[in-house]
Amino acid sequence: MKPLHSHAPSGPLESRWEQHRFGIKLVNPANRRKYEIIVVGTGLAGAAAAASLGELGYRVQAFCFQDSARRAHSIAAQGGINAAKNYQNDGDSVFRLFYDTIKGGDFRSRESNVYRLAELSVNIIDQATAQGIPFAREYGGQLANRSFGGAQVSRTFYARGQTGQQLLLGAYQALSRQIEAGQVKMHPRTEMLDLIVVAGRARGIVTRDLISGEIRAWLADAVVLATGGYGNVFYLSTNAKGCNTTAIWRAYKRGAFFANPCFTQIHPTCIPVAGDYQSKLTLMSESLRNDGRVWVPLRAEDCERTPSEIPESARDYYLERRYPSFGNLVPRDIASRRAKDVCDDGRGVGPSVGGARRGVYLDFRDAIERLGKDAIVQRYGNLFDMYERITGENPYQVPMRMYPASHYTMGGLWVDYNLMSTIEGLFVAGEANFSDHGANRLGASALMQGLADGYFVLPYTLGNYLARVSAGELTTDHPEVRAVLAEVRGRLDRLLSIGGSTSPDSFHRELGRLMWDQCGMSRNQQGLARALDAIPRLRERFWQDLKLVGSGSELNQALELAGRVADFLELGELMCRDAQTREESCGCHFREEHATAEGEAERDDEHFTHVAAWEYNGDGAAPLRHTEELAFEFVKPSTRSYK
Amino acid sequence: MSDRLLKLTLQVWRQKGPNEPGHFERYTCDTVSEHMSFLEMLDVVNEGLLVQGKDPIAFDHDCREGICGACGMVINGVAHGPRAATTTCQLHMRHFKDGDQIVIEPWRASAFPVWKDLVVDRSAFDRIIQAGGYVSVRTGSAPDANETAVPKTDAELALDAASCIGCGACVAACPNASASLFTAAKVAHLGLLPQGQAERQQRVLQMVAQMDAEGFGHCTNHNECEAVCPKQISVRFIARMNRDFLRALLTADEPSRLRRKPA
Repeated sequence: MKPLHSHAPSGPLESRWEQHRFGIKLVNPANRRKYEIIVVGTGLAGAAAAASLGELGYRVQAFCFQDSARRAHSIAAQGGINAAKNYQNDGDSVFRLFYDTIKGGDFRSRESNVYRLAELSVNIIDQATAQGIPFAREYGGQLANRSFGGAQVSRTFYARGQTGQQLLLGAYQALSRQIEAGQVKMHPRTEMLDLIVVAGRARGIVTRDLISGEIRAWLADAVVLATGGYGNVFYLSTNAKGCNTTAIWRAYKRGAFFANPCFTQIHPTCIPVAGDYQSKLTLMSESLRNDGRVWVPLRAEDCERTPSEIPESARDYYLERRYPSFGNLVPRDIASRRAKDVCDDGRGVGPSVGGARRGVYLDFRDAIERLGKDAIVQRYGNLFDMYERITGENPYQVPMRMYPASHYTMGGLWVDYNLMSTIEGLFVAGEANFSDHGANRLGASALMQGLADGYFVLPYTLGNYLARVSAGELTTDHPEVRAVLAEVRGRLDRLLSIGGSTSPDSFHRELGRLMWDQCGMSRNQQGLARALDAIPRLRERFWQDLKLVGSGSELNQALELAGRVADFLELGELMCRDAQTREESCGCHFREEHATAEGEAERDDEHFTHVAAWEYNGDGAAPLRHTEELAFEFVKPSTRSYK
Repeated sequence: MSDRLLKLTLQVWRQKGPNEPGHFERYTCDTVSEHMSFLEMLDVVNEGLLVQGKDPIAFDHDCREGICGACGMVINGVAHGPRAATTTCQLHMRHFKDGDQIVIEPWRASAFPVWKDLVVDRSAFDRIIQAGGYVSVRTGSAPDANETAVPKTDAELALDAASCIGCGACVAACPNASASLFTAAKVAHLGLLPQGQAERQQRVLQMVAQMDAEGFGHCTNHNECEAVCPKQISVRFIARMNRDFLRALLTADEPSRLRRKPA
């Protein structure tokens, strides 16, 4: 197997990024306008990168499938953004944020990258504040912080429950300024359908205009993919409906390695599924676990009873029972798995969907008694309103019902320290890459990573790449460009001409159920083998029985969806394969064969302290698994214990 | 949790393209669960249309949790439907009765041309922001975030304004199809903070000029916008924008920077 070079610097941790930046080649300001950069996706990473690169003087073409750059799914992040500012004087530091992130990722991420992330976190808060992000403040006018996701320091900055929205609008506004200045040309409602690679270098993309259906090629000197995660492979997830894997999947099929696809985060507190028609799941901030108590009835017979009638002695506060020191605040992966266990045990609550009750109570009765209803309204009022709007139940009177849902994907395209993929000139930022969160992401770290990549990493590392290549010199009549265009058109025609009877949504649901059951919160050899057998058959059925109407030269939302589902049907298989070969339990990846007698995860550092990076090897052939060994020089891997 | 099933008749605006005539089409659906969201109800209708070989109803949507601002339709004459402070995606069918007839239309405003069915072009909003809805700060040039204290009440009020999701309901509800609430929300958000002061005058002049150039009407205090705003953004911000605008008109040092772009 060939080794992957991370190009991570060596030497003292705290000076690595500075050293690296000093070693970077610069592009003369007068030459920057000769270079054209494509940025796909306008979430935190994409908008921040496009704005910052435009500001430096490069010519930027930015793309998003939404009707406006402001609607990228970063907008939905609720909780906050971490930064090692230590404004609270409570012992935080860059090293502590680094340490917490490495440990939280269960020792499956690169020390150099994570340290840089922690270092840059402080600049992000400065940048965002200067842009006018109305973060929460204290009465003295200083920025407020809260502790988040079980962290022992208060390092999370927030803007009510809409931190992602505010940070994204900040980046969108910076992007708008560059659009006005003529540095960035924005293409909304335009979806990337393939990557153009010429002589080993990423040189452009092929897009479909979602209004006119026009297929066209865009050429550039470098391409940035900031297209988010692939959590919608599970069909039901907290992602927006449009979130998809197409951009990174097409890049994978053009030679970019896909790293750790099985590392997917399941968030423990989401509103459970109400019926078969369910189209997405809604996350409720995990801050609710600070005061809410999680329980299910001790006996399955009690599951249909009104919760208030179930006496204390007949309740099982299972997290408090099993983890006396962390209780309801255990990390996301553990809280999720234990909820699954009790529901598998037949003790789930709420409506029965597809023959099973999948929900646990999150009860504020005791908190309301202890603190008074006003205090609860103050802390969680907007979340309680949101819950009531969706379920029609009043959580001040009836305990909330929660169940885990797919939320974030740590896996993504493999990138080196410069955020460059295995294809020269193809850079990947934000959730779309695999880089910083290892096997599990800590709360309030996604916003941090997206913005660090976009504002503070890519403007340097992309310049370093461009300084080594000459600008331009490619036209759309190049045979390679024409070939990709023809492939994209051929694929759309094929989708439209199947003439079957099943909608793309039905196929997506079926794939989602399969992935959720066999490659979700808990995985085993048998189930994964079953999924690996079933997915190709489902894919075959998709290509034989898909139903679409209309043409490709108009606004055709079912066609858009069909293309995305086709890619999910391929990605799902790679995820299962990755989960199957990673014979250990780490972070969010839980293999039932690798657990203690008490059901806790068992990591195998001897054999799996590495990143698994998959190389596409043609349709029908097994992909090749490469590894990047992870060295821990500054933090010694330990077993996570929350007992 | 009960599960009531509703039988509904929908009258949906269908329009093939911007220059095509539109019309209402009638659909009946008799298996609508009260726990469905409004968009899930439309998903079910669309699934049925697709398998019958008919063109599904096009509508914008994405996050389906009320924050991205993509969705929006006029439901029985009200932008985002009957529930206050609720986007279309967060409206649930339990607020309708068995046997109801529901009329569904796109946002109607000349500055928001219809692309197809319920999908409209809201790019005018982006151009209003591009005209000045930002603080000009270079990446990397920011001072320490705690260097400038911002009174808590100012930050909170700025966030009230900044909560705008850019859905366009305000325009759809306004008899003048005015974008005043949208524009004012951004003018107020940045104008309330110390970081936004340097460009305050220029910002309001340019954004208002762009709003006019896009063909949005003027505010004549109907307050319909506030009534339908899913984020309950107050019309007081419009008064604030008008004050800023007047002050800037009278005192701006660089009136030459005030320019209009055609829509």
